[in-house]
Amino acid sequence: MDRRTTLQWMTAAAGMPLLGLRAGADADTAVVARAVAGTGAGESAGYGTDPDLTRVYRPGDVWPLTLSEAERRTAAVLCDLILPADESSPSASSVGVVDFLDEWVSAPYRRQQADRPLVLAGLAWLDEESQRRFERPFATLDGTQQRAIGDDICDEARARAEFAEAAKFFARYRDLTAGGYYSSPEGRRDIGYVGNVPQVNFVGPPAVLLAKLGLA
Amino acid sequence: MLMLEAGRKYVPESETPMFQTPDLAPLNGAGTPDKRFDFYDATVDGGWQVPGEPYVSSEEPGARFKWWRARMLGGRTNHWGRIALRNGPYDFKPHTRDGLGFDWPIDYADVAPYYDKVERLIGVYGTSEGLENTPNSPEGCLLPPPAPLVSDLLILQRARRVGVPVIPGHRAVLTRPLDFKNSPALLHPGNVKAQRLIAADMRRRAACLWATPCNRGCSIRANYQSTTVHLPPALATGNLDIVTDAMVSQVVMGRNGRATGVRFFAKTSGDKTRGGETRGVEHEASARVVVLAASACETVRILLNSKSASFPEGLANSSGNVGRYLMDSVGSSVEGQVPLLEGLPPQNEDGASGDAVYAPWWLYREQRKGQLDFARGYHIEMGGGRRMPGVGTMEGTEWLTGGSYGRRFKEDARRLYGSFVYFSGRGEMIPNDGSYCEIDPVVKDRWGIPVLRFHWQWSAHETRQAAHMQTTFTDIIEAMGGRVKSPAITDGARAIGAGGSIIHEVGGAIMGATPQTSVTNAWGQTWDVKNLFVTDGAVFASNADKNPTLTIMALAWRAADHMVAAMRRREL
Repeated sequence: MDRRTTLQWMTAAAGMPLLGLRAGADADTAVVARAVAGTGAGESAGYGTDPDLTRVYRPGDVWPLTLSEAERRTAAVLCDLILPADESSPSASSVGVVDFLDEWVSAPYRRQQADRPLVLAGLAWLDEESQRRFERPFATLDGTQQRAIGDDICDEARARAEFAEAAKFFARYRDLTAGGYYSSPEGRRDIGYVGNVPQVNFVGPPAVLLAKLGLA
Repeated sequence: MLMLEAGRKYVPESETPMFQTPDLAPLNGAGTPDKRFDFYDATVDGGWQVPGEPYVSSEEPGARFKWWRARMLGGRTNHWGRIALRNGPYDFKPHTRDGLGFDWPIDYADVAPYYDKVERLIGVYGTSEGLENTPNSPEGCLLPPPAPLVSDLLILQRARRVGVPVIPGHRAVLTRPLDFKNSPALLHPGNVKAQRLIAADMRRRAACLWATPCNRGCSIRANYQSTTVHLPPALATGNLDIVTDAMVSQVVMGRNGRATGVRFFAKTSGDKTRGGETRGVEHEASARVVVLAASACETVRILLNSKSASFPEGLANSSGNVGRYLMDSVGSSVEGQVPLLEGLPPQNEDGASGDAVYAPWWLYREQRKGQLDFARGYHIEMGGGRRMPGVGTMEGTEWLTGGSYGRRFKEDARRLYGSFVYFSGRGEMIPNDGSYCEIDPVVKDRWGIPVLRFHWQWSAHETRQAAHMQTTFTDIIEAMGGRVKSPAITDGARAIGAGGSIIHEVGGAIMGATPQTSVTNAWGQTWDVKNLFVTDGAVFASNADKNPTLTIMALAWRAADHMVAAMRRREL
């Protein structure tokens, strides 16, 4: 990675505010309870420890979304590069994955706050890289151009050293995109989940399947 | 009877998110510090931290203790895994068998009738297989197990090849309606009113509808949680009052050496702090008999905070053993991916939401011969299947996809979904002098009640057992033709979870044969205070690999029978 890009990753990461995160807000590090502050009721900037579990929540309901329009445009194009529409199911952006990602990086919790600088720096890097290679923002590239960048960063294990940070971003972004997609109704259907329906009996696997696997 | 509950009222019938899908939840249901396991988990105001109720523990690996609490009616029974295993005969006499830890002052035969009753009352599926130290249940106690999934059957077939017996699991889920005609008379012989109320309540519990995870709780009352099984018929007697939001701080003693009641904070009463919290108003409740069942560590905390001139070291603590011998289960897990399970046709595999099969400990003979380098056993919880997808679906799968994206990633997801299996060991920890809790001299909770400070230490018996789990699970996955993402962790200290993390913490007020060595007698009655009983996991003298909930219930029932008989005889 050249010096300019390194500096860009570092500034991007350092410049991201930690939204409302307080010491002791995360249980994993607050076990040493000398930090009594931060564990009081009502201090959570999130949905708290007793949210209504039966209502419907939409991104933006509990904490505000924070991505800019430009970031959301890039995010949408990258989502759909990872999970495009095909014969059997729609694209990631068309089932609300951008809203999910925006909700995620805007959340007040430690894990999400840790993803935020990586995601924002990654989206910024995509535009920089796209400008460098094609003199256009990432969101306006054609599929071949997108994949030229995508192929360089899609596998952390194989990515060249100069793309190491970008590949780390891409891996996390793909995880989040898949998480948002496959937990949506369209994604559940596409991956082949047919449960969550009440049944009188549970019969188990069909005999033909068991025979095929040598389990009959 | 008065029951005091530290948490809020909780109504599973209306509060349980049955059938809610992850996309309807914030962050699509991902766990957060506010809802640690997942958004829909039936834990209210709890998790590894409870707002305003700190505790103290080292953060050093191996010395750390994590304490899961819930502040809701029914407590942690609302979200537990429903795995309901009996302790076996060996498990009550561990010291006699290998010279380690402590024997219980009771044996299996003392508890067996109560296991029978609890299984009949709450509804437990499973089978009797006649395996060593894995007790059979008498005919009529168990419900039929659910049909195993394809992955369960493949595990069963291949685990056998590496010598691990896989049998139907035991879980507190109604795979069919309870026997409301015959069971009530067996549960409450001679008590017509109790029989009538139990029969009526059993008829109001529906059988499993084979969907929605049990850890959310169950609005149709098809699995066991205290709020859907114990409390409704108890309330129907008209003899029970429940006060929620009542935080007990200490047991109150009379001049005659008997407990007269407890002191508690009514949490939602009183003036408010600047942060908007109510300070709570202190009350006293009086009783002829005081029973602590606050969860093992909270019970210890109440005892240690009940200091007086007669009990300067805390109540019922003449042995010095209150707080000592805390135990959790040894836990270690391995996940794998099995090509044989790839690309199978879509089918509904929700089942009874997990653990249709398990493997009880199988190496007793090898242990007796000294062929293993750890003294006690573990069982294996396991499974796979096409579970409801969530935010973790396809996370970290580059090792299988080669970093695919686009159309190929979608194809990879369809192919890989349902091909993952997991194995989790739950093993026996031997009590030791380095695992205990005491009152922290400085830190107090929001009501000013001193909090617990934990100390933790695993012995080589536990860490070696965790390493054994790792290699065993890896062997099973490989026998299935599967792959593990990373090699088995053979350093047991790294393979083992933090103390408390399996949420099977027991001990702290152990029962025993003498007042010098234990806190309570065989009925959970404290040696020092005749009308003070402990009926939670604090009385466990050992922590067998079997999950503790069923045994807690059996011992509580046994203690209750003893109390009633003693009260009738005017001994209490």
